[in-house]
Amino acid sequence: MKRVSQTVATLVALAGLIQSVTAATAAENGGYVHGDFGPPRGDPIHAVLTDPPNVPAPTYRNYPAKVIVELEVIEKELPISEGVTYTFWTFGGTVPGKFIRVRQGDTVEFHLKNNPNNKMPHNIDLHGVTGPGGGAASSFTAPGHESQFTFKALNQGIYVYHCATAPVGMHVANGMYGLILIEPPEGFPAVEHEYYVMQGDFYTTGKYREKGLQPFDMEKAIDEKPTYVLFNGAEGSLTGEKALKAKTNENVRLFIGNGGPNLVSSFHVIGEIFDRVRQEGGTREQENVQTTLIPAGGAAMVEFHTDVPGSYVMVDHSIFRAFNKGALAILKVDGPENKAIYSGKEVDSVYLGDRANANLAAVTQATKAAAAGKLTKEDQIKAGQQLFAGTCTVCHQANGEGLANVFPPLAKSDLIAADPKRPVRILLQGLSGKVTVNGKEYTSVMPPMTQLNDDEIANIVTFVLNSWGNPGGRIDASEVAKVRAEPTPAAGAGH
Amino acid sequence: MYTIIRIATFALALIAVPVFAADYAALPGGKFASVLPADATNADVVIAPFRLRTTPVTNEEFLAFVTAHPEWRRDRTPAVFAEARFLSQWQSASALGSDAQPTQPVTQVSWFAAQAFCESESARLPTWYEWEFAAAADAARTDARKDPAWRAQILSWYSRPSTTPLPSAGGAANAYGIRDLHGLVWEWVGDFNALLVASDSRDQNDPDRLKFCGAGALNLRDRENYAVLMRVAMLSALKGADTTANLGFRCARDGAREGS
Repeated sequence: MKRVSQTVATLVALAGLIQSVTAATAAENGGYVHGDFGPPRGDPIHAVLTDPPNVPAPTYRNYPAKVIVELEVIEKELPISEGVTYTFWTFGGTVPGKFIRVRQGDTVEFHLKNNPNNKMPHNIDLHGVTGPGGGAASSFTAPGHESQFTFKALNQGIYVYHCATAPVGMHVANGMYGLILIEPPEGFPAVEHEYYVMQGDFYTTGKYREKGLQPFDMEKAIDEKPTYVLFNGAEGSLTGEKALKAKTNENVRLFIGNGGPNLVSSFHVIGEIFDRVRQEGGTREQENVQTTLIPAGGAAMVEFHTDVPGSYVMVDHSIFRAFNKGALAILKVDGPENKAIYSGKEVDSVYLGDRANANLAAVTQATKAAAAGKLTKEDQIKAGQQLFAGTCTVCHQANGEGLANVFPPLAKSDLIAADPKRPVRILLQGLSGKVTVNGKEYTSVMPPMTQLNDDEIANIVTFVLNSWGNPGGRIDASEVAKVRAEPTPAAGAGH
Repeated sequence: MYTIIRIATFALALIAVPVFAADYAALPGGKFASVLPADATNADVVIAPFRLRTTPVTNEEFLAFVTAHPEWRRDRTPAVFAEARFLSQWQSASALGSDAQPTQPVTQVSWFAAQAFCESESARLPTWYEWEFAAAADAARTDARKDPAWRAQILSWYSRPSTTPLPSAGGAANAYGIRDLHGLVWEWVGDFNALLVASDSRDQNDPDRLKFCGAGALNLRDRENYAVLMRVAMLSALKGADTTANLGFRCARDGAREGS
């Protein structure tokens, strides 16, 4: 990519002339420049296609050429996640397919080859083509055959291509999509890095991360309930060693596509703001964008400047897709820290929140007394009362009566009378299943209250034991600690 | 094409009996809801009683055929009847070799060659409707198409990459006693070139549709039946001289009984 910027620099003088001409035209036409710049000139050029996440070098041309694109469809088994494989149908052996880059006004002679070992017929619909089916009607190709058609790239932009053979949804769901960039005649400003990332949703009969070769699940696809939502066709395709890389103080341009077949992407890079976005791949630039929407069968071009080193996580901000279905990628930025822009963690101190309020004064008092070894039962009851009011009254009510048939009473409880230490265990381990209190049966679930510390639990239980006709007594924090140290009973066991 | 059929018929007269006595099972036919409706919208098709080969034609059967009918050796068949890859998995024009097992279904055969083979055993290629009728069955039922498991089984074959050698013919029999209709190879049908319309499957009800003269040209009755649709798509991608690594065939005969 270094080479890109250098070469671009040498071409600036040349491009300057063209830029001034087209800029004027663009302004008059509201940004639209008609792309028929006449018949192709010069020798035909064989397009260099790249595998994701790489992007071919700019065309550096100032004239329309005939560009020959050769793309082979390959059906192959590839990893989709750790220990999980899937039979992908690919344009060129990768998901997404190979990146195609031409210049507006070019005449593109397209050769679609269907590998002889493939089972299925395929075709291609390029959204950058003006003509019926976007090429699909002219490229239906049986295994072991090749189709050819030619189109003029009239409109600049970043466009999705995909297979349109019946059943279209299944061909797309199996990974048959990619991007074609039709450069504006003046090219793009030079950047240090250009990357190619494409989102897709995948439907397997097995669950997320279920091992082995997973077949396609038509029902899930029709219901639009994907097993995986992925960048570049596999979980981990852009993380760890394969993370995208940049240095600080560089410009990064991402060509982001969304193959679908079903989901719309809310594309976001955590910790970055897109300086410029060509939303939906259109010509107008939007600036200062946090999250950009990429439709299924659409693409966008985003640019940002790297200021601070670190790992920047790319996500579909429909966020369960990122953390539960795989839609995660990493851009790793190396370089010196820039504390003026982002400091990193400066202070880590205790924050008591509303516990510091006056209404928890008794808790503070009890904590101090315990620390000094002078904790009395009265301290405990007062502190426990305040903690009880904050934590327990929602269900057991302020008067300890509970709610009839739902939450058991703590007042005059025969369960507590039978074993005054049992509330400690219930607070630490929770209580589920049938329980009989004062002759009535309850089946609610009480979750463990392990967020309370030993002192707090001791105080709450001491308060309960000394309230509402219960037998009295006192619980020491050390007793709580003992119960907490016991292994947690298996779910469903105990109580 | 007719010339070829005449040649094949003539050759058959000389040989009198086929080398292999293939098994044919009788199917009743009747009204059938095809994915390609008879009137292009919704009507059932009516299928006359017919008999269908219980297994696809194998390499050894096809080798016996080309031995008896040397005009169908791969080195003698004109290119208009079979493309260059015709029987290319065989070691030579007259021997199978190690890459083509005798009991594997024969693939890399053109429609013309398949039709000639069927003529040699007094048969023909099945029509699409006959093939679809037979393939609607599962092990227990004659029409299992509403069962998601039936569809899932077909789709799972599509999910398997074709990088490993084909299994032998002779899988489990369906309710009619027919084997290997799903999960082994694509199969030629007699009217393969009259099935789907357009090479771009999405332009349903387009004004241009009348320029395509196919029996099933216009609309698919059961859009959810992707599994069968993919077979239609595959067949409609082909020309009569084409061959592929996953495309074989079986033969059919008219009537419910031999000689009828």
